[in-house]
Amino acid sequence: MIRKILLSAAASAAIALGAAAQNVAIVNAKVWTGTDAGTLENATVYISNGEVAGLGVNFAPPSGTELIDAEGNWVTPGIFSPFSRTGIVEVGAEDSTNDTNAAGTQFSVALRASDGFNPAATTIDVTRIEGVTRIAVAPANGASLIAGQGFIADTTGDADSISYDRAFVYVDLGENGAGLAGGSRPAAWASLRGAFADARGYPARFMAHNEGDTLTRADAQAFGRAVRGQQLMIIAARRASDLRMVMDLKEENPNLNLAIVGADEGWIVADELADAGIPVIIDPFQNLPASFSQLGATSKNAERLIDAGVTTAFAHLGSNSHQARLVLQSAGNAAANGVSFDDAMAAMTTVPAAIFEVENYGTIERGHTADLVLWDGDPLEVSSAPIAVFIDGEAQSLESRQTKLRDRYLDLDESEKPLAYKN
Amino acid sequence: MKKLFFVLGSAALALAGCGGGGGDDTSSNGDKVEIDRNPFPSTYAPYPSTVTLLKDATVLDGIGGQIENGDVLLVDGKISEVAEDIGAPDGATVIDASGKWVTPGIIDNHSHLGVYPSPSVSAHGDGNEISAPVTAEVWAEHGIWPQDPGFPRALAGGVTSMQILPGSANLFGGRGVTLKNVPARTVQGMKFPDAPYTLKMACGENPKRVYGYGGGRFPGGAPYSRMGNVAGYRTAWAKAVEYKRKWDKYADEGGDPPARDLELDTLMGVLNGDILVHMHCYRADEMAQIMDMSQEFGYKVTSFHHAVESYKIADKLAEYGACSAMWADWWGFKMEAYDGVRENIPMVHKAGACAIVHSDDDIGIQRLNQEASKALSDGRRAGIEISDADAWQWLSANPAKSLGVFDQTGSLEAGKDADVVLWSGDPFSVYTQAEKVFVDGALMYDRGNPDVTPVMDFELGQPGEGELK
Repeated sequence: MIRKILLSAAASAAIALGAAAQNVAIVNAKVWTGTDAGTLENATVYISNGEVAGLGVNFAPPSGTELIDAEGNWVTPGIFSPFSRTGIVEVGAEDSTNDTNAAGTQFSVALRASDGFNPAATTIDVTRIEGVTRIAVAPANGASLIAGQGFIADTTGDADSISYDRAFVYVDLGENGAGLAGGSRPAAWASLRGAFADARGYPARFMAHNEGDTLTRADAQAFGRAVRGQQLMIIAARRASDLRMVMDLKEENPNLNLAIVGADEGWIVADELADAGIPVIIDPFQNLPASFSQLGATSKNAERLIDAGVTTAFAHLGSNSHQARLVLQSAGNAAANGVSFDDAMAAMTTVPAAIFEVENYGTIERGHTADLVLWDGDPLEVSSAPIAVFIDGEAQSLESRQTKLRDRYLDLDESEKPLAYKN
Repeated sequence: MKKLFFVLGSAALALAGCGGGGGDDTSSNGDKVEIDRNPFPSTYAPYPSTVTLLKDATVLDGIGGQIENGDVLLVDGKISEVAEDIGAPDGATVIDASGKWVTPGIIDNHSHLGVYPSPSVSAHGDGNEISAPVTAEVWAEHGIWPQDPGFPRALAGGVTSMQILPGSANLFGGRGVTLKNVPARTVQGMKFPDAPYTLKMACGENPKRVYGYGGGRFPGGAPYSRMGNVAGYRTAWAKAVEYKRKWDKYADEGGDPPARDLELDTLMGVLNGDILVHMHCYRADEMAQIMDMSQEFGYKVTSFHHAVESYKIADKLAEYGACSAMWADWWGFKMEAYDGVRENIPMVHKAGACAIVHSDDDIGIQRLNQEASKALSDGRRAGIEISDADAWQWLSANPAKSLGVFDQTGSLEAGKDADVVLWSGDPFSVYTQAEKVFVDGALMYDRGNPDVTPVMDFELGQPGEGELK
């Protein structure tokens, strides 16, 4: 479609990462493939070279392959959280550890969330061990309604875990963006239109000045790809009228590659969103009129959007730095409220992969990236947890700082030595 | 400042005492003045109910018992009987609950519904009286907007009672109040009859941030540090001890009644054992110091809230006898929440301490059963075996105990309030939803039936209309 240029960028990143992986076969698994093959019982998934190299009920891995007996348990693609702030803040309230936003910056689009990413952040392990293998990480709005550019990373914690930098621009056109633009929606839209003009006029309109209508020189340069439709633009909007404004923007600029995050009142305009081909990232938890932009919030939003044919991904939008892992509980609740199991699974695997154009990702099929999770129960159940997590074909540690704290304090006996010696 | 009020209050009270009956919140008992402990009494009365028999359910009685194919009989707003086979009384509404589960209604002992309602516009911020670090004189019920759409959402999640607390900005945030989750035009119409008052206190980062670093000044004012926090508590308790001494002396010996002080009324209520202390406290080391402090002044902390590090001192909490009201997995949003673990709740339970699942959140309150399920399953994976039936104590019995209402509700025992949830299946499953919610035997929520789904005024005529659209 419109995202072909991004597509190839993602693909090359994935191939580069898959190099050092082992050969393993998970046997006797209940495999949710995410493809037309559906769910396979008693199936084998063969992982080689970082990819799914074989799959099927009758598939026999090469002799000598290390086997993992799933004992009938579920295997799914790694969960892909399509909107998070994981890895760019360690402790939310401690500004010194928080690189999500900058209230004092002069820049907007030029801000790259990846510059603040720490693969060793404790949130990465905490997120991975719950089965989330990929995260889209967005900057937060500090000084401008255009927060900057986000990225896609895996949750290995490795130095090279950013698989796709500058994957999208994040823009808030809801109440928050209106406030940052000066105090109203008209101010926000005037600011955004100014930013479009600045980017389109770059570099000519910056010959004589460093400042555009909205953007600095660096921002105008950075915004070029998005305004030409070569980079995904994720827009936060909740109210139905705001969603219509975004659809109008798309109609006026058909080349734009847009997705909407929030979309609490999406169900009201679901048919239009489907016609416009604009995907949404929603939090199925959100069912309260928490603001005047969410008066139509309902736990039926997910079901209605999906029924209308809107490409719908799920994210846990509350506390999305430390709790991105709760996307699974969000999806489970969507399922409890009318979404099919397959659609709920797709909303955190195949759909995010499609929105971000990560090629060969999100499904379990031959040749696809081997991000896989073996679960001890139904993956949508709150009582389930991963038994094994593979990223790019490599088995991952299921340890985190939290599990180490737990293990230290499971027995409080200090008769011999303080617990501080229990490492 | 406070001293001036003290003197003025004294004069006013003396006049009221002499005038006899002119007093608004005091009353004359013989020739002695008494403080009216209940000036905003509950007007809640159970709604009409039919005799209801829930048949063939999996029943969790809330005190550790599980009955397969059990029956629960509700008569006149009370639990009448819980047994394997109960004959339907004449005229009873019989509900086939086969394949379904019946539990006591969920009780959330930490909510800010009403005081931080939806929509969260600036005019609705009534949960923190941040004008001073010690505001024991304010009462959450005076900030509650009974039209908060969060109440019916919580009801749809099986929540039948809850404690509404002031926020945690202050060392002493004010009084909390326990409500039945039944829509009413007034707060009094929701108040849980005869529930004791509670006092919200707060440890750690919040008070020192709000006051020490508050208002753009540096330093703002006391408390500026955890040292200042503890000094602030102790100063207030010392005053309260003195205040109580005066009232006790007055009760024994008569004479001029002491000057009335609303702040110290609340603290004296704690020292007298009438008001239960609920204290926001994350760190283990702080909880340990608070327990010592409570013994210094002769009161008890009923429940620590958030208690993210309770697992580190679960033995000490068990010995002292405080509950911990916890999230399943919240962590990391501030330094004192950094050491959160997913097994906190089962680790506290295992140590023999009182564990409670709380929400502190208008979204979380809608699925506390799921939060319990996460904690339960994580605990089991760590080798802590707790039965489903025992785990349900985290949701009903233990919070009821922490609110002083366990004699009335919190378990399915004959004679108790019929606060009951009929679940579509196993309530520890994400796929399960509350189908019918009874409060005092009256069906107050019936999923999918608009006639038995409350819609708050605020949502009428709006796009969502209480999720009915």
